Amino acid sequence: MKTFAPGTFKPAPGRGSLARMLFVHARTEATLTLRNGEQILLTVIIPLALLIALSVMSVIPMPEPRVGSATARIFALAIISSAFTGQAIALGFDRRYGVLKRLSASALPRWLLVAGRVCGALVVVALQIAMLAVTALLLGWRFPLAGLPWVVLLIVLGTLTFGALGVLLGGALRADIVLALANIIWFVLLMVGGVALSVPVGFVHLLPSAALAQALETAVVHGTAPGVGPVAVLVAWGVVAGAVATRTTRLT
Amino acid sequence: MRFSRPDRLGCVLVSPNPQPAVEVSGLVKRYGSKTAVDGLDLVQHPGTVLALLGPNGAGKTTTVEICEGFRSADDGSVRVLGLEPGSEALRPRIGVMPQGGGGYPGIRAEEMLNLVAACAAHPLDPKWLIEVLGLSGAVRTPYKRLSGGQQQRLSLACALIGRPELVFLDEPTAGMDPQARHLVWDLVNALKDDGVSVLLTTHLMDEAEALADDVVIIDEGRVVAHGSPAELTANRPDDQQLRFRARPGLDTSLLSAALPEGLKVREATRGAYVVEGLIDPQVVSTVTSWCAQQGVLAEELTVAKRSLEDVFLELTGRELRS
Repeated sequence: MKTFAPGTFKPAPGRGSLARMLFVHARTEATLTLRNGEQILLTVIIPLALLIALSVMSVIPMPEPRVGSATARIFALAIISSAFTGQAIALGFDRRYGVLKRLSASALPRWLLVAGRVCGALVVVALQIAMLAVTALLLGWRFPLAGLPWVVLLIVLGTLTFGALGVLLGGALRADIVLALANIIWFVLLMVGGVALSVPVGFVHLLPSAALAQALETAVVHGTAPGVGPVAVLVAWGVVAGAVATRTTRLT
Repeated sequence: MRFSRPDRLGCVLVSPNPQPAVEVSGLVKRYGSKTAVDGLDLVQHPGTVLALLGPNGAGKTTTVEICEGFRSADDGSVRVLGLEPGSEALRPRIGVMPQGGGGYPGIRAEEMLNLVAACAAHPLDPKWLIEVLGLSGAVRTPYKRLSGGQQQRLSLACALIGRPELVFLDEPTAGMDPQARHLVWDLVNALKDDGVSVLLTTHLMDEAEALADDVVIIDEGRVVAHGSPAELTANRPDDQQLRFRARPGLDTSLLSAALPEGLKVREATRGAYVVEGLIDPQVVSTVTSWCAQQGVLAEELTVAKRSLEDVFLELTGRELRS
């Protein structure tokens, strides 16, 4: 029989500090993403390979300056990969493994459960962008520094919008269905959603993918403020997805 | 000017009729046309261990999950430590071990425990708890590759790490080997000794009998019996059993005829005989000599009061539940 010193489990309840909870939760989310091989393939390796391909292979039509245009589009792809597809799949499996239930039973406030995931996703996106930017610079990309604030803003906005869409998908369906759908949607958006190529069809401009790619192209290539249209499209998708997700997301 | 002190102390000391740890009244929960919990009442006193005992599908998990704030009640009221289940004021004060699951698929045991520890103001030492629960050899194993029993132990650690006042354990020993099961029992007893209230669900009679101050037997969403294990198994003088093993297929009607009126004899399972009624030394002697006449040896002969299992089966029936 195992014995414990009296008082070992004497109750001393209380909530931890909010800053520490947020830090540990966000660090956990980011670490788990970076440790997952499939996530790395999706969020780092494929975007890197495509960046190099689009920059150096002239068979794919791309407006000049070629490397700049490719960089903007691959930034958009990287954000979609991790904030949407990666987040949806992770959430689908986290729900299957009951971790949301576990955490929602702890002292972690609900808003912090969301904030921790958002911060974790932003850390991953920042690392992706840094890696892609260094590669682009090596490939000859010239970044007009005036565009930096806009690029940062768009990266955050894109992460939030696609993150909300990822939560909408990953929070409602079964994990294996999420896995299939999140990958299919990623591929469709890449090919015909205005990411890899500009698609000259009216409704495509209303997709968040085309809006993000277009807005990033303005900031990355020309260093100027993105148009109101694409930003409005991104915000609208994000707000609607977030509002619906708060109703449809289930813990298990 | 220190006169106010005794007054204040006095106020604390006389605090009458301490608030129940859990108070459920008239609880109803329906899933579609099925009523899972049907007007359930229970009160758990602080610092006690209460076991919700019932067959599969009796409504144990639904009841506990409503107390934990995971599900909403359709009717009735539930107060946990006097608060609304699931409220932000309550959650830091309780520890929860859900039935199965509870980790990121790729997280390591230590990371998971550190994360939950970060949510608490005065957590136990995660390293110590990992060691106590025998998970030291698996600290670097991803959650999804832990065995069922290891996942259960990690889940228990997560429930305890925040030094809660009240712990909910939903089938805490399911899927555990005997060593781990006894460790959980030792932990529950240590929790109780330190004043922590524990509400656990189980369908294991020995678990309820060994741990609980109070047992609430529920079936089809209703309380069918309630009391301490001793009260539930307390027997009338004529409500005893003599059990023995012998060759299967003995003619029990012959033994019945040899025994005093009012005693019942049956072959409970193959080769296991039960005599029920007032068992006195004369009855024991009659049984053994009758067996000798039949040329069989009565083995493992015991006289016992009803077990919790007998009470449970009487109340909830013997047929299998789907």
